[in-house]
Amino acid sequence: MRSDVTQFELTAPATLTEVLRRLADNPGRHTVLAGGTELMVALNTGRLATHSFLSIQHLRELRFIRETPDTIQIGAGATFTDIRGSKIICAELPLLAQSASWTGSVANQNRGTLGGNICNASPAADTPPALLAYDANVTLISAASMRELPYRDFHLGYKRTAMRSDELLHTITLPRIYAGHRQYIRKVGTRNAQAISKVALAAIALVEAGRIIDIRVGAASLADRPLRCTAAETVLIGQTIGGEGMEALVRKARAALAGEAEPIDDIRSTAKYRIAVGANLLEEFLRSL
Amino acid sequence: MPENSILGSSPLRKEGRAKVLGEAKYVDDLSLPGMWFGATVRSTIARGKIRKITFSQDVNWSEYAIVTASDVPGENTIVHLTRDHPCLAAEQVNHPEEPILLLAHPDKKALLAATAGVHIDYEELPGVFTIEESEAAVENGDTERIIWPGSDAGGTANCFKQYLMYSADAKDTEQGLALAFENADYIVQGEYSTGAQEQLYIENNGVIAECNKDADGRVTDVCVRGSMQCPYYLVHALTLVFGLPEEKCRVIQTETGGAFGGKEDFPSVIGSHAALLAMKCGHPVKITYDRAEDMAATTKRHPSRTRHRTAVSKDGKLLGGTIEFAIDGGAYATLSPVVLSRGTIHAPGPYKWPYLRVRAKAMATNVPPHGAFRGFGAPQSLFALERHMDKVAKVVGLTPEELRRRNFLSTGDCTATGQPLNDPVDMQKLLTRALEEHGYHEKLKRFAEENKHSSIKRGVGFATFMHGAGFTGSGERRLNSLVHVEVNADGRPNLLVSSTEFGQGTNTILCQVAAQALSLPYENISIAQPDTRVVPNSGPTVASRTAMIVGKLVERACKKLLTTLQDYASLPPQHTPGEFRKAAGFYVAEHGSLRSSVRYEPVKPIFWDDELYRGDAYPAYAWAVYVAEVAVDLNTYMATVTRFDALQEVGKVMHPVLAKGQVEGGVAQGIGYALYEKCVWKNGRMLNNQMTNYIMPTSADLPPIHVHFEEVPSAHGPGGAKGIGELPMDGPAPAILNAIENATGVAFHSIPLLPEDLFERFASFTERAHGGSEELDGSIDRDTRTEVDA
Repeated sequence: MRSDVTQFELTAPATLTEVLRRLADNPGRHTVLAGGTELMVALNTGRLATHSFLSIQHLRELRFIRETPDTIQIGAGATFTDIRGSKIICAELPLLAQSASWTGSVANQNRGTLGGNICNASPAADTPPALLAYDANVTLISAASMRELPYRDFHLGYKRTAMRSDELLHTITLPRIYAGHRQYIRKVGTRNAQAISKVALAAIALVEAGRIIDIRVGAASLADRPLRCTAAETVLIGQTIGGEGMEALVRKARAALAGEAEPIDDIRSTAKYRIAVGANLLEEFLRSL
Repeated sequence: MPENSILGSSPLRKEGRAKVLGEAKYVDDLSLPGMWFGATVRSTIARGKIRKITFSQDVNWSEYAIVTASDVPGENTIVHLTRDHPCLAAEQVNHPEEPILLLAHPDKKALLAATAGVHIDYEELPGVFTIEESEAAVENGDTERIIWPGSDAGGTANCFKQYLMYSADAKDTEQGLALAFENADYIVQGEYSTGAQEQLYIENNGVIAECNKDADGRVTDVCVRGSMQCPYYLVHALTLVFGLPEEKCRVIQTETGGAFGGKEDFPSVIGSHAALLAMKCGHPVKITYDRAEDMAATTKRHPSRTRHRTAVSKDGKLLGGTIEFAIDGGAYATLSPVVLSRGTIHAPGPYKWPYLRVRAKAMATNVPPHGAFRGFGAPQSLFALERHMDKVAKVVGLTPEELRRRNFLSTGDCTATGQPLNDPVDMQKLLTRALEEHGYHEKLKRFAEENKHSSIKRGVGFATFMHGAGFTGSGERRLNSLVHVEVNADGRPNLLVSSTEFGQGTNTILCQVAAQALSLPYENISIAQPDTRVVPNSGPTVASRTAMIVGKLVERACKKLLTTLQDYASLPPQHTPGEFRKAAGFYVAEHGSLRSSVRYEPVKPIFWDDELYRGDAYPAYAWAVYVAEVAVDLNTYMATVTRFDALQEVGKVMHPVLAKGQVEGGVAQGIGYALYEKCVWKNGRMLNNQMTNYIMPTSADLPPIHVHFEEVPSAHGPGGAKGIGELPMDGPAPAILNAIENATGVAFHSIPLLPEDLFERFASFTERAHGGSEELDGSIDRDTRTEVDA
């Protein structure tokens, strides 16, 4: 342990209202701590910059998985284990269940939350590609307001999000429209478990009469943030799968993905590898349609 | 061997119960009254002169004990083979993370700010970080980059040690080589390289030291307890650092959570440091490293480069060969000369070489000293050889199997060092069985067909090799190991050895040997905690020597004990445990105590010439054939081992469960070595010093590992046993890369082989190749930016 825990302040306000009040009173002063699976790594290595934490781990009202006729609503405090164990998520949002199963260890999954995974905003995080593919919405609350925005607009840059410093992520909402879609997800990590993505791709597509009439692709580790691959989607939407134009379509889709990806060389992989494998995964998906 | 033999059965581990119940106490579980905690201030640069050390005003330094090089009462050195390695850097640092200053405080937390509050100014000097850079400095006469001056132990500028090994008389061999290359149908050349590897024991390095002084403040004696393999190595180190005689330097091994060689030489460093702090502050001092410090600052496996040039006839007979073997020793000599030695002797493998020259060297670089790691040089040179054999086969147009069959050593042949193989060796039979167990031939055919239609390419490959047990050449004679067996007042035998348990089974197998030799139940035998005040020096726990060498000593000591009881206490030739107890009790009553001691004696005469590097290199060899099946996914360029078969002949298998565990663990470690574990360096510093970014394979990455034994009893070990500990590290990497070549048709020559490297080779057909995993940038980590200083 390279941090002195006595130098940190951790508060666990009794209610959500109290958490929001504290965030509003001193915007930017506190860091919200949910499962703590990211922050504790930083604490251990002595590189945790902020020193005041508000724990929301105990707030039951953030830990739910609900269904409405049109949506599935997941509380920001739902853990990876909750998500893996949810029958409705496994049945209707298999990409999300799958990505939750890839995160860290079972111990990490018991503590780590969906909200934390999104707000930590790592470009390599496991669940964002699935959430992007499923076109999720996020609900942000503060002491003064509540707003909903498309998840695709949530990540603004490297570890920068649309969330204000007085706000908290409350709910992730996903539409229940994917029963007829083809769905694909693959994570290429440094190893088969306890791994961080070198590249990952989640995709859904609705194919009718051989034509792609709906498609969304989300990717991890291909940019400075979780990437919604709209350029590739634009190339593919309305196109015919199989048949004579298939090879050309695959080539164009690969090129579009390579064009919008901006990966880097880092400790886990190289930019070249990430682009090539990202394109391979997209191709694997297209050929499965 | 009698029926119901305890040797060859699998009794419960002696310390297993305490470990399973969580009762085993590791060093970090221990506390001594008034104990302080220690920390190490380390160099932040690779090489430079220390200009000035300043202490921050924000810390109340009067609360701390501070130790620098000038406080060392004896010699400022960590002694191994030479004395080039300072205990604490005084004027100059030669690698990142080099210890410069030590701090102790009663509160462990108080060390964080204090460590950060010591500022060291350097005058930076240029460093060398690879074998090639180190060689270039010598070749170019670049005195600025001569980072190590030479030594009186055979070292020259930037080179810790060189060996020149010939398969016979030097002149004859050179002539034979010249002729062989002239007459060869094929000359096959290849260059192979291996990377550093972290031992990654579960328990980090840690010790607690005590120090007593006389009325004048002079140190009278020191005691260090901690996690280690070789208590007497630390005793030796302490005698120099403190200028004390051996009996005043007591070392106690505590329960040790894994070692793999990583606790062979390094405890001499951390143990000396803790003892110096204890001296300074007058309290016991505990130092335990966290994972990041342990990975960044302690030893790893030596990186290597091997160049082969081989003359072959068209029918696949090896006519002659030259091998140039180089390892990267890091900043100080430490154990590099002996690692180099084992690598050199194993470089020719299990083959007949009519003419062979091996030229080997250990180069100095400005990285933390590399040290012992399971295999000790052999995995490096055997990787090169077994990749090269596949290359030779390809050139000649034979299968890898057939080429090896035409060149295997067998009983009665001489090894490349001129050692006659008098004990039976049957590599042909081992190869046949290993390939059968694996289904090799069937897979070879099937995969060739299936691969045509799949983006997942499957392949099979194997390696054939051996590992010498015990110290090299005259080493065992020099060690002159001693063991005692005593019988306590209750009539129970207790083994006194300095051989340590660190997860591999020392306690259990040595007690089995004693139970067998004394015809007593295994449960009646105990083994003493290694405490140098109590146990004799039975040598270090390294070099696959414990089962064979120390086991044999225990066996002999027990037999001697029985003879004593038969001669002086009327013990019948065939006794019951009750009769033994009675006779022992009678003897103890008569003589006060009952103890049997024996010293090492070679079972058969061993001849070794250190000058010529010729003779009986090892008392005995374990022989093995390892077969790997791989799948290479061309969508992700990931190679995965999908099945592994490990067949070995290790003499009598003493404890089948432990032996299988040794092989499974070694194979897993070998898979990591081959495909996952890459140390990412920058200016001599390891950047991925965490388990999240140093990628050790998990159980989800490992295949079913099938372990097979052939048992050919050897005269050298107890009940016919030979060494097994290091062998399983040697074979996996070349077997896996051979399988990858079989799967993809592409030959790779370097490990670790990461997906980025495979990608480069497959992608380079259409675009310019670049560095593959060499382009990993360890200073950037977008997922967990906090891990690494950007």
